[in-house]
Amino acid sequence: MTGVHLFGLAGAALVGCGVYGLLMAPGALGRILAFNILGGGVFLIFGVVARRGAGAGFGADPVPQALVITGIVVAFCATALAAALLVRLSAVDAEVARDGEKEKET
Amino acid sequence: MSLLFDAVLCLLLLAGALGVVATGAARAAVIAFIGYGLLLGLAWVRLAAVDVALTEIAIGSGISGVVLLRCVRALPATPKAPAPNPLLRPLAAMVSIAIAVALGAAVLALPEPAPSRAADVATALPATDLGNPVTGVLLVFRALDTLLEKVVLLLSLVGVWALSRDPACRGRPDPLSLEPAPAPSAFLARVLAPVGVLVGLYLLWAGADHPGGAFQSGAVLAAMGLLLVMGDQIRIPATQNRGLRLMLLAGPFGFLAVGFAGWATAGVFLGYPPGAEKAVIIAVEVAITLSIAVTLGLIVLGPPAGEERS
Repeated sequence: MTGVHLFGLAGAALVGCGVYGLLMAPGALGRILAFNILGGGVFLIFGVVARRGAGAGFGADPVPQALVITGIVVAFCATALAAALLVRLSAVDAEVARDGEKEKET
Repeated sequence: MSLLFDAVLCLLLLAGALGVVATGAARAAVIAFIGYGLLLGLAWVRLAAVDVALTEIAIGSGISGVVLLRCVRALPATPKAPAPNPLLRPLAAMVSIAIAVALGAAVLALPEPAPSRAADVATALPATDLGNPVTGVLLVFRALDTLLEKVVLLLSLVGVWALSRDPACRGRPDPLSLEPAPAPSAFLARVLAPVGVLVGLYLLWAGADHPGGAFQSGAVLAAMGLLLVMGDQIRIPATQNRGLRLMLLAGPFGFLAVGFAGWATAGVFLGYPPGAEKAVIIAVEVAITLSIAVTLGLIVLGPPAGEERS
């Protein structure tokens, strides 16, 4: 058992945490967070693959590292878009509720 | 000793992730998520991937954290979503544990010796004149990924802007706070921003040979822009501003132009002109850094809120 294996197992456990959160989170924001934790776990396992591929004077295989960087950025894009959608959805919900109350009064 | 450190770090990571998933309060969960991102960055350093660590901390924890905190503030305090069925809880736990155990077994069964492209990168890297292999992979060997990633980032901003209200698709995004900036914020912005911009530019310049690069640098520059906005030192730009849109497009379209020029100069899409590789790569890096910084900042600021009524 080495440190690299340890991080691999931690990545697997993080994926488990993320899946549980995705299934059980009460709100959409909790699901977005759980999705990010799941992604973090997958990236970490990929990082273990990179570290095991160390060679030619590099501490870790640079190809998986570059792919993980791209992955982090794409995950951020999805998160930001989901957060914006959530904010707009709650604003629309609030408008609908307000209109409903107005109709009741008249 | 280092094994002990790794074990403690892994346990802390798990505790952070469980904290995010188990906390009912949205704000506490987001703050736990930011801490989790920082710990994950530390794990990347232990895996000898400093470039990934910088990206994870800057984007995965920092900018994502700000976006999510703004989202928490905009949402109603008590979500109306019904609590999930308590009977499903053990079932969901079992499914997640099964997935984690299967993945853990797969990690322990990874092939030996590990497959690696490190030797290929090492033989091809001298031709690019770059010292940092990750920058080499990002901008030369897998340039198509990086180009498409820039397009995804731009599309994400287009998506955020598209969520503005119908009559308000132009103008400036809502200010971060309705009150004028408190004096310490203004002071912090004035003192920290010049240093931060210098750090961001250094990360860009050093990225050719050392850990760092366009993305890390863009994230730092975006953070400094947001700091200046929070300290009331600069105004939030209007989204229809031509200069702003040019800055947004400089990276993806500049990269694309270099890519098409590759057919003429190197005979292949996204090829660099032989002999001038490094100069062209640095020009591309500067353009995409500018676009990344502006795009990230605008994604945090959110959709435009309409023309000003004066």
